Amino acid sequence: MERIPILRMGRHLLVTIQIDMQDQTALQLQEDLATMVEKTGAHGVLIDVSALEMVDSFIGRMLVSISDISRILGATTVVVGIRPAVAITLVELGLSLGGVKTALNVERGMAMLDAARVA
Amino acid sequence: MATELALTGSAPIGDERDIVQARAVVRTLTAQLKFSLVEQTKMITAASELARNTMVYGGGGEMRWEILAEGARRGLRLHFEDHGPGIPDVEQALVDGWTTGNGLGMGLSGTRRLVNEFEIRTQVGEGTCVSITRWK
Amino acid sequence: MRTENQRLADLLRADHENILRGWTVEYHNYAEGRGLTQNVAAEQTAILQGLEAGLRGDGDAGNFNTGPWGTLRDTLAHLSRNRAAQGETADVTSGFVLALKRPIFDALQRQASGVEGQIDVIWTTSAIVDRMAQWTISTYQKTREEIIVRQQHELMELSTPVIKLWDGVLAVPVIGTLDSSRAQMVMESLLERLVETGSELAIIDITGVPTVDTLVAQHLMKTVTAIRLMGADSIISGIRPQIAQTIVHLGIDLQGIVTKSTLADALAAAMRMTGHTVSRNGN
Repeated sequence: MERIPILRMGRHLLVTIQIDMQDQTALQLQEDLATMVEKTGAHGVLIDVSALEMVDSFIGRMLVSISDISRILGATTVVVGIRPAVAITLVELGLSLGGVKTALNVERGMAMLDAARVA
Repeated sequence: MATELALTGSAPIGDERDIVQARAVVRTLTAQLKFSLVEQTKMITAASELARNTMVYGGGGEMRWEILAEGARRGLRLHFEDHGPGIPDVEQALVDGWTTGNGLGMGLSGTRRLVNEFEIRTQVGEGTCVSITRWK
Repeated sequence: MRTENQRLADLLRADHENILRGWTVEYHNYAEGRGLTQNVAAEQTAILQGLEAGLRGDGDAGNFNTGPWGTLRDTLAHLSRNRAAQGETADVTSGFVLALKRPIFDALQRQASGVEGQIDVIWTTSAIVDRMAQWTISTYQKTREEIIVRQQHELMELSTPVIKLWDGVLAVPVIGTLDSSRAQMVMESLLERLVETGSELAIIDITGVPTVDTLVAQHLMKTVTAIRLMGADSIISGIRPQIAQTIVHLGIDLQGIVTKSTLADALAAAMRMTGHTVSRNGN
């Protein structure tokens, strides 16, 4: 089972999901991120999903969980790069990923995280 | 990966690797049928939802596909079948899902919106078969 | 092989030139200049070849959709597709095929080897040429329908351009009725452009949309939600008083979507939302 790598960039953690994940891989990522946020005292988590051609309810719930868990641990999460076709499908499915911050790309996502830091 | 899949076929749904495989198969099929990107994404996502249901609620089963041709119209039909416990209250299952808030429902109502035709046959104690169709 | 098929096939081969000539005359008489003239001779030859092959394969009018008529069907389909695409009318296209009957009857008369069997051959000829004409027309119809669908699609695309107003702001002026397929198209092209341009704000102007019912409102909501999901914002502008009343009356919850009655107001809001201020050069 592949493990999604988590990169550290200053006070932020960066995750790039580039594979079609098995459910276990997603759950592992959730766990690894929680551990890393706590260990590094990260202020922000950026999850890049621009390579994902599909986001189903399982991955959607994972993103919401990561966002919620990180918030409790003191970090802001931003999901970037949701593709148009994916966004349209998520809306049709009725999954609005409530509470998850999103940005168009990594650049904007980082700007959001930096701005959140000030708060 | 096969370069072109046959008109009908099936794939087992046993564990979560099979869900990934099912998505890959549907991706190939919808690309073969030259569905638009949005249509492909909707069908692959629907397949992912139903395959997971088959595994989680049905105790495993299989996905069968059929490439349809009706005159000039082409379509893809997928059947997700298990011999699990069946669904006691289909009406309720079609309403339940993410709307109930706990996010653990079968999400059938959402999945139904992703496809053109949606049929569910279920018998308590016998199993369930959900069939979805998307036309080009 | 049936006798009438044999006779007809042999006739086509033996009297090929005369039949071709007679066919051309008959066709021009019917079409009166309305028909296309390029490649006619080549088409005729191909059709006669396909017809002969079908006859020798013992095909009959009843099974025109199967068996030995394959080559002939393809030739006729190719012909009608061309004619339809070039705007020739249905009656001239079918008239071209039907004009084959007369020269064949004439050729039979020239042969005149006895009345018995003549009726069968005439009947076979008539039945098969009729089927050929029917087949030609149905392919013709299909081609016309395909053209119409393609044109509708192009019209839809042309009528909802996504405009980049300035850095970070896109606008979509929607004009005309917003039905499901159109709304889908607007949503898809708008989202694509958002990603392409890295814009943060989209203004959807519905000044030109005559009616807003629950369905249209739903489409707009889906679009706004998708934009939000992707990490951008949107403003809906051009909401006329009647539409505002309809929205309230139908109980549609706009869920915090920013709305403006005019495009001008939307532009001003967009400026503020993207951190710009507009000032006039003092004079």
